[in-house]
Amino acid sequence: MPKRTDIHKIMVIGSGPIVIGQAAEFDYAGTQACRALKAEGYEVILVNSNPATIMTDSNMADKVFLEPLQTDVIKRIMLEEKVDGLLATLGGQTGLNFAMELDECGFLAEHQIAMLGTPAAGIRMGEDREEFRAAMLRINEPCIPSGTANNPEECIRLAEEIGYPVIVRPAFTLGGTGGGIAADETALRQFAASGLAASRVHQVLIERSIAGWKEIEYEAVRDAKGNAITICSMENFDPVGVHTGDSIVVAPAQTLTDMEYQKLRTAALKIVAELGIVGGCNVQFAQHPTQVDYAVIEVNPRLSRSSALASKATGYPIAKVATRIGVGYALDEIPNEVTGTTFASFEPALDYIVTKIPKWPFDKFVKARRTLGTQMKATGEVMAIANTFEASLMKAIRSLELNLMGLRVPLMMEMTDHDLWPRIKQADDMRMFAVAEGLRRGFTIDEIYEKTLIDKFFLKKLVNIVNMENAISNMKVLDDTLLLAAVKMAFTDTWIARLSGLTVEDVRSRRKELGLIHTYKMVDTCAGEYRAVTPYFYSTFDMTNEAPRTDRKKVLVLGSGPIRIGQGIEFDYCSVHSVWALREMGYEAIIANNNPETVSTDYDTSDRLYFEPLTADDVRAIIENEQPEGAICQFGGQTAIKLIKAVSDMGVKIFGTSADGVDAAEDRKRFDAILETCQIKRPNGTTVKTAEDALQAASELGYPVLVRPSYVLGGQGMAIVHNDGDMIEYMRIINLVEQENPILVDKYLMGVELEVDAVSDGHDILIPGIMEHLERAGVHSGDSISIFPAYISERIREIIIDYTRKLAVALKVIGLLNIQFILYNDDVYVIEVNPRSSRTVPYISKVTGIPIVDLATRVMMGAKLSEFEYGTGLYARYPAVYAIKAPVFSFEKLHDVDTSLGPEMKSTGEVLGLSTTYSEAMYKAILASNFKFPPKGAGILMTVRDSDKSDLVLLADRLFNLGYELYGTGGTANYMNKHGVPCSIARRVEEGHPSTIDMIDNGTVKMLINTENSNSNDDREGFRLRRHAIEHGIATITSLDTLVAVVECLERDLKPGDLKPYEISVFADIVAQTRFNCLPLNEMPMQNDMLKK
Amino acid sequence: MKAYLILDDGSVFPGERFGSPKEVICEMVFNTGLTGYLELLTDASYAGQGIIMASPIIGNYGVFTEQSESDRPWADALIVRDLTNLIGDVRDSEDLNDYLIRHDIPGISGIDTRSLILTLREKGTMNGMITVGTDYDLKACLTRIHAYTNPCPVARVSRKTAKTYESGAFGRINREPGMSRPLDILNEIPYEIDPAVTAKYKIAMLDFGLKQNIIWNLTRRNCEVTVYPWDTPADVILAAKPDGVMLSNGPGDPVDCEPIIPNIRALYESGVIVFGICLGHQLVALATGAKTRKLKYGHRGINHPVKDLAADRVYITSQNHGYVVIDETVDNQVAEVSHVHVNDGSCEGLRYKQYPVFTVQYHPEGAPGPQDSEYLFDEFLSRIDQNRGQNR
Repeated sequence: MPKRTDIHKIMVIGSGPIVIGQAAEFDYAGTQACRALKAEGYEVILVNSNPATIMTDSNMADKVFLEPLQTDVIKRIMLEEKVDGLLATLGGQTGLNFAMELDECGFLAEHQIAMLGTPAAGIRMGEDREEFRAAMLRINEPCIPSGTANNPEECIRLAEEIGYPVIVRPAFTLGGTGGGIAADETALRQFAASGLAASRVHQVLIERSIAGWKEIEYEAVRDAKGNAITICSMENFDPVGVHTGDSIVVAPAQTLTDMEYQKLRTAALKIVAELGIVGGCNVQFAQHPTQVDYAVIEVNPRLSRSSALASKATGYPIAKVATRIGVGYALDEIPNEVTGTTFASFEPALDYIVTKIPKWPFDKFVKARRTLGTQMKATGEVMAIANTFEASLMKAIRSLELNLMGLRVPLMMEMTDHDLWPRIKQADDMRMFAVAEGLRRGFTIDEIYEKTLIDKFFLKKLVNIVNMENAISNMKVLDDTLLLAAVKMAFTDTWIARLSGLTVEDVRSRRKELGLIHTYKMVDTCAGEYRAVTPYFYSTFDMTNEAPRTDRKKVLVLGSGPIRIGQGIEFDYCSVHSVWALREMGYEAIIANNNPETVSTDYDTSDRLYFEPLTADDVRAIIENEQPEGAICQFGGQTAIKLIKAVSDMGVKIFGTSADGVDAAEDRKRFDAILETCQIKRPNGTTVKTAEDALQAASELGYPVLVRPSYVLGGQGMAIVHNDGDMIEYMRIINLVEQENPILVDKYLMGVELEVDAVSDGHDILIPGIMEHLERAGVHSGDSISIFPAYISERIREIIIDYTRKLAVALKVIGLLNIQFILYNDDVYVIEVNPRSSRTVPYISKVTGIPIVDLATRVMMGAKLSEFEYGTGLYARYPAVYAIKAPVFSFEKLHDVDTSLGPEMKSTGEVLGLSTTYSEAMYKAILASNFKFPPKGAGILMTVRDSDKSDLVLLADRLFNLGYELYGTGGTANYMNKHGVPCSIARRVEEGHPSTIDMIDNGTVKMLINTENSNSNDDREGFRLRRHAIEHGIATITSLDTLVAVVECLERDLKPGDLKPYEISVFADIVAQTRFNCLPLNEMPMQNDMLKK
Repeated sequence: MKAYLILDDGSVFPGERFGSPKEVICEMVFNTGLTGYLELLTDASYAGQGIIMASPIIGNYGVFTEQSESDRPWADALIVRDLTNLIGDVRDSEDLNDYLIRHDIPGISGIDTRSLILTLREKGTMNGMITVGTDYDLKACLTRIHAYTNPCPVARVSRKTAKTYESGAFGRINREPGMSRPLDILNEIPYEIDPAVTAKYKIAMLDFGLKQNIIWNLTRRNCEVTVYPWDTPADVILAAKPDGVMLSNGPGDPVDCEPIIPNIRALYESGVIVFGICLGHQLVALATGAKTRKLKYGHRGINHPVKDLAADRVYITSQNHGYVVIDETVDNQVAEVSHVHVNDGSCEGLRYKQYPVFTVQYHPEGAPGPQDSEYLFDEFLSRIDQNRGQNR
């Protein structure tokens, strides 16, 4: 079947901002889809609100709309662009939900827009629990006893029928939001409430818990003719019960006999045939550990996180193939790009094993509940490839950047057996390490199996690693046999040295003497059966090296590892652009990364892809193999920048800012000296190590002070401290973990935060634009609403340009530079300088049309800014546009995490609002961030700290005038009433019913305004209230600065359908045309007027 | 113990011995399948060959002899990257190493199987040796390796006496906790009978080294199956009045089976419905005047795409063959190519025009491998049904 010729213009809907359960995998999928469609000659219209993605680059589609993902917005673009096809199965659950909505309301039929890929009926059958069960019954595939319920009473009735424990799964959600395993009625009531609230259709599935069964997944691909294949099987290390996104996963499945494997495979193919899948589909099974029984858990009739993993694990480009199938091709008509000689209609064969470990945010959210269940909590994942399970696990562990190189966790080694057992039984992020510790102490495999039901195959392999670690640590002198065995298990020189007490140099030189050199093998989809051309490699210690050095001049780009809070997809964006620039310049661009979700780990992004951990040892091996002209460490976030010294010490040239320059920006003393020379102010501060020093420093500086560890990204461990008690508590917590570097204590200035990204060639700088943060300093820049252009005076603007240039020169920055300033009392202070790419680079790149990473890469390779068309200094001085970035959070998935914003970053993703007017841009940004504006006349609950009460009066008055019903807790309500704003008193919880909590439960309140009490001990109730609001899907505002913007939006009363969509390249053109104009005077932005007045 | 795998081209791969400690010389072939090491070992088509597993970690679930494809392992050696030793399996699965020792089959692990496979892919399948220890004289070894041949292995692996399986017989029994390990002293594979399956067809099977799952596929479909030794004369078979004849898979060069070609000819000329798999497919082709050739490195795996030309559908198939029918030598008056390999276009199935015969090169019975092509068994039986209708 050839491709369809009846359609010409296809809309692709992206997945929006990164949230837990929906991460970078859809940038990878969407990017592949757009490229495949363009290659087939279709016109592609892309809608996605996430500016940090590759897919929203203006050249990825014919037209790219960085617009809020709202039905009315999408409809408008569809009509204006006259699209006749819709591809929605590559934009995650978000994209799929829109497609279903557009189909169900008849819009697609009315406007004759073809839904490409799996038809709506099939998607519904896969997504609607009851339709799915009926389908499984028709084809005689077993499901787990279950039923759907639409209210809590039905839930309980069902659970009694099925028998506890039961699993609650909300319908139409991603990452299992709101679900959980309930052992009794009390627990069930809780999950029923959160599950029903989380479901788009207010429906949950109650099913029997099948704890202890193996969880197996298949990725299936089917074409319209009915040809169907499975790309990959995957087996969870943890038995059923832990969300697959939170499970350690191996591919292919390891413990199934051929009988079991084929039975599940056949079932998967039957299922995709029954659903009529045209494209990709993920099928999850539970396999009884010893009996032939299995059960179908669920399907995802779309591309998913698992399909991204399967793609990277096999080399089979599922998204590209699914896209081609969507436009009409059959599987045997699509060539296999990897071999060039075979076709897409085959099943990949793997001659290696892949291990995926999720990356959880618990190192940031130390108070979050770490237990794992049906609700996904991981923000990202790492993958490792090797030819034994042991080696793939060891590689995956060090890819996590947890400062672990093996299975030994010091904290667990100190635990008593009594304390250790619960950690073994409890599924949480550290369970595997607890199991390993148990095995080290001689707990038997049988004992541990009984408590965990983790397959003995995996336990046996853990024993192998534990034994090896023990043998190495008992080794007094280098034992060649042991060394050989250890390196084959992917133990690094550093780990062997650390375990044995030998020096790294001794280990390394002996290893090399023995001829134990890293050799790289190719991922070729076919286990070597056909010749392949994929430059996709993983390390082994084998005989032949399939990645021989070429004679081209080459550059190594270090990637950014797993997606985590503070280091998200934007760094992958930067790495990819750097690689592309290098390729354009004629270099062989080599990338090293370990994140299976991203575009950077697509085998056709770079000239060579090394899918490897990002540690000094692993990078050294790549460098030894490739001997590149140099390395680029600027784009891979903190992951890459922290390797700069090690790479530099290996004698490799660092392209761009040197290791010394990076150190000068990070080292407090050196940086202070530079500021002094440049005559640039910064908030007073000092460094401390102990609590005593910290108290002393604070008393000298005067509270409030900002405290943080040095050398961190995303404000990890950063806090604003208001008194001695909090300072002691802070230092106690921070020193629980050994701190390599001192703690910084700075005077906290409550001013306006300004931010620039700049490219420097060592002489000239180019600042695309200046951004301003809506929230006052103290809220982490990644969590602030960021406004471009900043509304500042000419004098301040010049100071910022001047400071940026001075700092770039003083730090000898070549490439990118990010600086955060505080505007305080009409004076500019520098708070942070990062000589590397930043979170805002993709966003500012897109809105100004300046290919920042491309320029930076070229400059790093020796070009001068004056050679390019963008000039130097500030590019967009007075652009007649607004581009507003809003953060997006995943609080509903992380219990016990405070939603109040502060200096530590909490957001997982971001969205953009673009317009020529401030209010429209702001409304778009807030709307796109999934903020639920309260409907007219709804109740708004206010409870703010004393220092905010006066500022709240005006805002509350405006809300009252808009017709909202205002409620406040005692102090807040009294203050409002006293100042003439009618406000009813809401009882605190201890004051009896109906309390603030009840008002959320019964739907009286649709928005919560709550600012955190500065004394954390007094804020327990606030915390509880904020959590309660999030869990009930109530909009929550924790900063009055944010409220200003929300009130403005409510007053303007814009509707999604009224919003004018801007194509991103048109937007950048407006910036280019107007950049020297003055601001339109009819529109005075009101951001920060509270602070600037 | 350290040992080496030596190939005919002189390349040497270091590894560790497991299984039987004896030296072995055989033809070295690779299989890319992810699952089913037991099914491969017990597939008689591997008689005279050492199996190199591309899948790196082998032995993970041990051995359930109930799931064997014949009553003993036939492969001459097993070459793996990483051998898993089983511990305390709740189903009393046998450790793969123990199983191989018991059957005196040598293995070698720790091999850079990918390099080995790439060598065979580039240079073609060749003979090889697994040494006993680390001392060897390369030149002497190579002479012996080079001299190795595997003449007519079919004669060696085929049954010596006929045996009948009742309709409803089923094997590949899943062993559950508490069930005992079946006796496995070179006797028959255990099976049970489903009394609900009635006997509707009588099938004669010529055993060239057949895989047991072909039988289970038939007995499940209401067939009583009588398995005959490979050289049973046609009149003996026809005297039992079978509704259909199956020609099984088997090892080696099809030309070695020259002596029985007249039998095959006599079978299809009788008008009985014939279905051939693998070697059976090749022998009918030879009987009708076509030729076969040796593939450079064979098709061995469970991911091979085959297109059914009539249905315009692609199925993923299980394959294990070193020889192939040269489609240019098929007289299109005699037969037409019904199935082709999507990747290399080689002949994967033939439908004969003058006789009710159809054959496929691949393994519709899977084991190991996909069950996608089991429809061919249904087709076989529906042809029988049609034939009966015509004769009535």
